[in-house]
Amino acid sequence: MSSRDRVLGRVRRALADVTPDERPYEEAVGRDYLREHGRRTTGQTVELLAENLADYRAIVHRSDAEEMPLLVMRLLAEHGSQEVLVPPGLPPEWMSAADPVRIHDRAASTPQRLDQVDSVVTGCAVAIAETGTIVLDGSPDQGRRRISLIPDHHICVVRIPDQVVSSVPQALERLVPDRPLTWISGPSATSDIELDRVEGVHGPRKLEVILLS
Amino acid sequence: MSGTFVGMPAFPKAAHDAVHNPVLRGNLRHATHTIRAKRARAVAELADWAALREAGRRIKDHTLRHLDRYLVQLEESVTAAGGTVHWAADADEANRIVTRLVKETGESEVVKVKSMATQEIGLNEALLDEGIRAYETDLAELIVQLGKDRPSHILVPAIHRNRGEIRDIFRSEMGGWGRPAPEGLTDTPAELAEAARLHLREKFLRAKVGISGANFMVAETGTLVVVESEGNGRMCLTLPETLISVVGIEKVVPTWRDLEVFLQTLPRSSTAERMNPYTSMWTGTTDSETADGPRAFHLVLLDNGRTDTLADQVGRQALRCIRCSACLNVCPVYERAGGHAYGSVYPGPIGAILSPQLRGTASEIDASLPYASSLCGACYEVCPVAIDIPEVLVHLRERVVQGGPAVRQGNRVVLKPAKGHAAERAAMRAARWAFAHPGALRTGQRLASRTRRLHPRTLPGPGRAWSGTRDLPAVPPEPFRDWWQRSRGGKDGVK
Repeated sequence: MSSRDRVLGRVRRALADVTPDERPYEEAVGRDYLREHGRRTTGQTVELLAENLADYRAIVHRSDAEEMPLLVMRLLAEHGSQEVLVPPGLPPEWMSAADPVRIHDRAASTPQRLDQVDSVVTGCAVAIAETGTIVLDGSPDQGRRRISLIPDHHICVVRIPDQVVSSVPQALERLVPDRPLTWISGPSATSDIELDRVEGVHGPRKLEVILLS
Repeated sequence: MSGTFVGMPAFPKAAHDAVHNPVLRGNLRHATHTIRAKRARAVAELADWAALREAGRRIKDHTLRHLDRYLVQLEESVTAAGGTVHWAADADEANRIVTRLVKETGESEVVKVKSMATQEIGLNEALLDEGIRAYETDLAELIVQLGKDRPSHILVPAIHRNRGEIRDIFRSEMGGWGRPAPEGLTDTPAELAEAARLHLREKFLRAKVGISGANFMVAETGTLVVVESEGNGRMCLTLPETLISVVGIEKVVPTWRDLEVFLQTLPRSSTAERMNPYTSMWTGTTDSETADGPRAFHLVLLDNGRTDTLADQVGRQALRCIRCSACLNVCPVYERAGGHAYGSVYPGPIGAILSPQLRGTASEIDASLPYASSLCGACYEVCPVAIDIPEVLVHLRERVVQGGPAVRQGNRVVLKPAKGHAAERAAMRAARWAFAHPGALRTGQRLASRTRRLHPRTLPGPGRAWSGTRDLPAVPPEPFRDWWQRSRGGKDGVK
C-alpha cells in the first residue's frame, strides 16, 4: 500500500463519526466578522495607511506625478546609492531625474550580483491601511520576489487612492493566488533577543513608501 | 545539531529543576509578560475578534471533519501548479523522502526556514546522518542550533536565553559553522542581529536547496503560506533552485478566502502585531520565462500521529492549532517551568495536549504532560481558534489513569492504565466506596477530626509524590455534617 493510501485510509477511519449529511462548507463556516473595521472616507483610509506604515518604522513620503522624479532622486542620494535595481515594467519617468546606475533585473542575475545593489524601486499590487501592509504580486512594475529582498534599501510606490484598501479581506479579494505574493509590513525585524525589536535582520533594513497621488 | 527530546524525564522532575533556575525564570517572566500585554492591545483593536475566532474555529473544524477530501483537492491543485506531492506516514518516512530529494540535487547543504514540523521529525539530525548540513536561518533557531540547545517556545525558541548568553554562543560557535562573529561583539540586540545577518547571508546567497514548513495550505488553489518577520523565510523560499516544504496534514484550509480570517488572528495572537513583517505565498512553480522562485517544488504531507489524534473525538480539536503560541505566554505553569520541561518541540498548554496525542501516552514524559497544568483556563481564553485545552487535558488525564480505546499508528488499541497511577486509582476506588456508604464516611470523618493533631505534614509512601508539591488540607475540628446537625439540625425540619 502506498503511503498516500495509508494516510488517507487512516483519515477516513478516524472520521467514522462524521456523517455524510454534514453541513457543507458554505453553511458550516459562518462569516459574521467585519469586512473592514470602522467607517472611513478614502482620505482617512490613506491617512491610516500612512500612520500604520510609520508605526512599523517604514518611512512614508507623499508625492504627485510631477514631483515624483525629484523625490526618488533625493531619496537615492540620501541613501548614497550608486546602483539601483528596477523591475522591467517600472514607469521610466519615476527614475528620470535619478543619477545612479540603473540595473534591470534579469533571470540570470545571481543573488550575489543582487547583493551588490544599493537600492531597489518597485510599485505594488495593493496596500492595506488597517495593518500597514504593502503587497507585491510580481507584476512588471514589481519584478521577482528576490529584488525587493536582497538590497538593503527598498523604495515602494503606492498609487493612492486606487491601490489602497482598508482591510485584509478586501486585499485578498483583489489578489490572484497563482502569482507569487509578498506581503510586507515595515522593514525586516526580529524580536528574538529578549523580545527587543531590532530592524533589519535579512530583508531591507530601510523601507520607504511613497504615496503617489 | 539541535538536541533531541528523547529520554526526557517526566514533567514534574524537569519542571522541578527549571523552577530553581532564577536566570531562566527571569528571562521567561520578562518575555511572557511583555508579549502578553502587547497581545491584549493588538486584539482589542478588532471589534469583531470574537467573530473572527469563531470563524477560525469553524473553518478548521470543518476542514478536519472532511480532511480526506481537502487533502486530495490540495494534491491536485499543487500538482497542477507544477509541484510534486509526497505523503509521509511518520517521521522516518518524511526524513527519508527529504533526504532523497536533497541527494537528487547533488547538494550537501540546505537552508531552512523555522518550521515546527521539521523540528518534530528531527529532520536536521536525519540529514546530518546522511552527510547533509542543514542551516537554521531564523535568528532564534540559529541561537538554538549554535548553542547545541533545544527550542523552548513555539514562536521565540531561544526565549530562555538572555543577550549575554547569546553573545557568548555567537563568539564561540559561529566560526565553526561559517563566518565567525565580528571582533568585539557586544550584547546589544542590534549588534547580535547584525552578526547573524552577516553569518547567514553568505549561506543564503549560495544555497541551492531550501526547506520550509507552511502556516497554511489552500486546497482550492494549491497555495502555500509562510508567515515570518525577519526575511530569512523569503530568502529560503525564493533564492534556492529547489524548495522542499514539510507540512502537517492539518494545515490545509479549503479556500483562498479562508486566509482572511487567519491573517488577521495569527499575527495578533503570536507576535502581537497588526501584521507580521513578511508573508510569502506561492502556488507551485512559475514557468521558466518569468521564473520567480525555485524551479522545483516538493510538498511532503506529514501524518506522524495526526490521524491518531483525529480519531479522538475530544482530542482532535488540538489539530485546529495554528501555532501562534499565545497559550504559552499566558500560562502560569509555562512561565515558571520553561519550555524544555515539556520534553517536546510543542511546549506549554498546547504541547501538553498535542504531544501525548501525536506520540501516545506510553512514555513517562507523555503520561505526565496532561498534568502539566493548573487548569486555570487562560489558554482557552486566548486561543484564536478556541481550542478547549482544559477539556482535552482532563480527557487525557482520564486516558492516562484509566486506559481505554485509542488509535496508534492507524490501529485501534486498548491502552492499559499508565504505571505510577495505582495509588491514585486505589484512592479513587476508596473514595467511591466511602461516598456510597454514608455511615462509614461519617465514622471516618469523625475519626479524622479527632486525630487531626497527629496528622503528618506530608503523606507517606506513594502519597509523597502528591503531597511533595502541595500543602495537605487542614482537617477541620468537626465534620461539616456534625456542624450542620449541631447548628441547624433542629430548624426547618432538616435532619
